[in-house]
Formats: sequence, structure tokens, C-alpha cells
Amino acid sequence: MKNGARRTWRLRLYVAGQTPKSIAALANLQRLCDRYLAGRYRIEVIDLVQQPHLARRDDIIVVPTLVRQLPPPIRKIIGDLSNVERVLQGLDVSPRDDEA
Amino acid sequence: MPTSIRHRKPGPLKRAGNGRHPLAKAPTGIPGLDEITNGGLPRGRPTLVCGGAGCGKTLLAMEFLVRGALEYDEPGVFMSFEETTDDLVENARSLGFDLQRLSARRRLLLDHIHLERSELMETGEYDLEGLFIRLGDAIDSIGAKRVVLDTIETLFTGLSDRFVVRAELARLFRWLKAKRVTAIVTGEREAEHLTRQGLEEYVSDCVILLDQRVQEQSATRRLRILKYRGSAHGGNEMPFLIDDHGVSVLPITSLGLSHQASTAHLSTGVAGLDGMFGKKGFFRGNSVLVSGTAGTGKSSLAAHFAEATCRRGERSLYFAFEESPSQITRNMASIGIDLAPWMRRDLLRIHAQRPTALGLEAHLVTMHRLIEEWRPRVVIVDPVTNMIAVGSEIEVKAMLARLIDFMKLRQITALFTSLTEGGGAAERTDLGVSSLMDVWMLVGNPEANGERNRAIQIVKARGMAHSNQVREFVMSEHGVTLVDVSRRADGSVAIGSARGAEQRHVPAGPAKPSRRRGSK
Repeated sequence: MKNGARRTWRLRLYVAGQTPKSIAALANLQRLCDRYLAGRYRIEVIDLVQQPHLARRDDIIVVPTLVRQLPPPIRKIIGDLSNVERVLQGLDVSPRDDEA
Repeated sequence: MPTSIRHRKPGPLKRAGNGRHPLAKAPTGIPGLDEITNGGLPRGRPTLVCGGAGCGKTLLAMEFLVRGALEYDEPGVFMSFEETTDDLVENARSLGFDLQRLSARRRLLLDHIHLERSELMETGEYDLEGLFIRLGDAIDSIGAKRVVLDTIETLFTGLSDRFVVRAELARLFRWLKAKRVTAIVTGEREAEHLTRQGLEEYVSDCVILLDQRVQEQSATRRLRILKYRGSAHGGNEMPFLIDDHGVSVLPITSLGLSHQASTAHLSTGVAGLDGMFGKKGFFRGNSVLVSGTAGTGKSSLAAHFAEATCRRGERSLYFAFEESPSQITRNMASIGIDLAPWMRRDLLRIHAQRPTALGLEAHLVTMHRLIEEWRPRVVIVDPVTNMIAVGSEIEVKAMLARLIDFMKLRQITALFTSLTEGGGAAERTDLGVSSLMDVWMLVGNPEANGERNRAIQIVKARGMAHSNQVREFVMSEHGVTLVDVSRRADGSVAIGSARGAEQRHVPAGPAKPSRRRGSK
């Protein structure tokens, strides 16, 4: 599939409280999305400390975990998202997408 | 739940802080395991159960939770890193455990963690706080007192950062202790290492090793307690079995010679034979060996003893390794021993099984279980020699020693028949098990003066004055009857037709021939 304008990203970031890793992950994700996916993404942050039952429902053990719900297939990306290249790979975004 | 899963519960729980038992225990409810651990696993602490693939780790851990939920009012969380919850439910069904029902009643919570490295993209620093939250939530949601993590080593293959995983595992074990849950953590055994990832480093209180070996085409499972802090334990390997009742461990060892010796007597069921034991019979709790060649009346003596037991209103459990129950009742009826009424009144049970149907240990575990469940006062094993078909002589002897210890502790009187090869010295044979026995009787039909006559002799009877005579006996529609002794002038004993010819001699010995058997 070409990087058509209709393609959107629905992302869910699981963290556990306001830890340095959570804060870094959210900042990294925000920056990355703004640059490469501007206007085509939605981020939902889930704090497992607040909603512990979601860890089982969504099969999470590692935090931070970023789940790419769209585009399919569902993918799990773990860590503080500091490795931009790998995050882009996991999101299925090519660096040129920001030019789209 | 089938009623058959009811087992004897161990005694009152030992509480922490009474000085003599510094470590509180959580009973597993698994037959045998609580005995060898003196009450169960360390309460509120993690225990490591390790072993190779297929050794039974998962089932043992699952049974710990199921029995905890059913018998000790302690709900449990099973966190599986390998099998899916559907697989767990299916596998537990084969042990008679209904996990779905337990889950629905919130006595059990099954959680499967799917962790596959190829599906995870690692992009920076992470930790396992999600696992802690998930487990904590599961524990809190059903008030769990028990937890199983099976097997947590999967984390090492699922995640690339070994340093993080190790640090998080150490934290997890501390966390489990702080949560005060009694936990089983399983680990995969590899080569010389107890577990692939050295989980034993994290578990300081109790380590149990499971093992499965295939020997002469039958698999035997063994369990060993490698470590149990603050608690005496036998370091011996103990056989265990997984069947449709779950896990059973065969407790052995140091029970040894501490049992109480009874001075109560039990009739052998043959009045003349009682006479040879000073009119009284065996001591309660004795182990009795009756050995002899084929067709000498061993089973008949066994049946007499069983019947005499039933007559007293006591239960008698007959393990038959050669004949079916109907064969036994028919044959015994032909010599006037009617077992059927006792079976109808459930005072006699005959458990028939081909010896080759199971491995030696499986037989013994089955016997243990039946004895524990039904609690007979007398157990017959007919013939014990058939056991040798499924184990080596040394093994048979060791297992038999365990079985005898087990029965002695419960004051169960046991009678074993033993088939000896014809023609040879009967005393030489008997698997070397006669040393384990309190009473040893030899039956035979020696040929003398052109005829064969049945004869019985007491080789030994610990703690009892007993006749040293070789006595003739007959088997008729009245059962086994000892014949009066005819003593010749030179002191030798006349038997068979010689006795008839010499009836003028005065009968010796305390016994009189008896028409009636047993005590009325």
C-alpha cells in the first residue's frame, strides 16, 4: 500500500505512572508523530496504575508498550521509543512520510 | 469435582513464630507431598519447581492451586507464559479438575501471557512494571493466596535485555514475598543446571526437582526436595504419579522404624494356624509373607485371613495381580470361603490389575492411594512376586520397604504371598524381601513316600513364640484345616498316610484341627 493520504495511525501507549521512562516515551512519540504523521494520528495514553485491569485485557507486561492498532496488523513496540529508526519501522512509517 | 479427589488432610497448620516451627507451611493437598515436606510449601514465599520438559511441573503447580481453592479456601492465580488458558483447562480436565468452574466461582484466575520476541519491536529502555501490575490486579481481584508462574524463564527468550529481565526477576521475587502469597515458580531444567536461567538464585526457601525416566519401557517420575530452609526434609528421590486423580507422591524414607508396635492379635482365619502362633495369630500391623510354589494354598490362606478380617467388621483390601475378582471368589467358594457377602457389605474389596499394566512405582502409588482412600485394616498382596515383572529386584525390595513402612504407620496388617520356583530351596528366593517381614510362612507340597502332602511351616515370627513344626494341612470344602501332628517315637513328624498309620501317637503342639474357621 502506498502512503496514501487516507492512511491513519491509531496508537495506544501503555505506561505505569509518571516515571522517567513513561515521560520519555510519550515525549518521543509525540515528537515523532508530529514530524512524520501530522494530522494522521491519534494517541491514547493508558496508565496501568490507574487502570490495572487493562494489563490483562490487552496482554501487557512490559512498559512502556506502544500498540499500533491501525494500520493493521496490530504491532507491539516496547521501550521508551528513543530509537527513532526502529519506532518508525514498527509504525510502518518511512522517513519520507513527512513529505507526504 | 469427583469425590475421589478427597484425600487425607495434613494436621493443623504450623504457625510462624512458635519457635519450634519457624516456617509456616501452606499444605498443597497433594497426597504424599505434604508428608515429605512436613506440612506443605513455605507459606507466603516462593518455591521453585524445576525439571525437564514433560516432567509434570505445570500439572503439579496447577494441582497446588486447585486443591488450595477447594480444600484450603485459598484462591489462586495461574500465570502461564507458555500454555494458553484453553490448553490449561483441557490438560487439567484429564486430572479431573474443572478449571472453568473454579474460574467462574472466582476461586481461580488463569492468565496467559503471550510473549514472542519476533513480534516485539524494542526501541529503548523498559521494565516489567506491567507484569507486576497485572499480577497484582489478578491477586487482588479474587483475593488470591497462591500464585503460580509457569514458567517465568520465557521472559528471557521473549525479551532481549537480559540485564533488565534479571533485575526485574529479583524484584518480582521480593515483591511476591511482600505480597505474602505462597507461590510456585517453575523452571526448565537444562543439562547440569537446575534451571536454564539460574532461577534458583532467587528462591532461597524451597526447591523441588522433578524428573522423568524411562526404564524398561515404563516411565517413572521422581520428585526430590533439593532445599527446604528451616525445615527437615529427606533428600531422597521419591516416586510420583500423575493420573486421573492428579499428582501423588509416594512418601518413603525416614518414617522407618518409628512406628508403634501393637500387641493386639489378629486371627489368621485358620484356627490351627493361630495355634501355631500361640493360639493368637499375627500382631496387628505385622507384615506377613506366605511363600511357596504354585498351587500350595497361598491364596487360600490369604483369603482366610481376609475373611476373618471381614468377620470382625474390619475392612480388607485385596490386591490381586494374577486373577480377576470373580475368579478369586469362585475359587475360594470351592473351598468353602464365601467372599461375596463381604464384598456386598463393602468390607472386602478386590483390586485386580495385571502387573504389567503399570510401572512398579505406578502400582505402588495406586496401592497407596487406594489404602489412603478406603482405609482398610488388612491388606493382601497376591502375589507380590509379580511385581518383579515390572522392576528389578532391588527396586522391588526398596518399593516394598516403603509400602510396608507406610502400612505399619497406619497399623495396617499386610499379607503378601510370594510364588517361589519349584524344586529349589524356597528360602533362597522371595526377592530378599523376607527380611522386611515380621512373619514368614512357608507352604509347600513336598513329595515323600510316594505322595504329596501340603505342609506349612513358620520360618519366623518376630516377637512371638511360635511353633517350629512343619504341619500338614488339607484343603477341603471347609477351607484350610491343619491336621493333627503325629509324632514318632524318634521325634520326627509323620505326615500323609504315615500319620494315619501311626495315629496311636499322641498329637503334639497346641493346635487342634478345626472345622470352623475364623472366630465367630
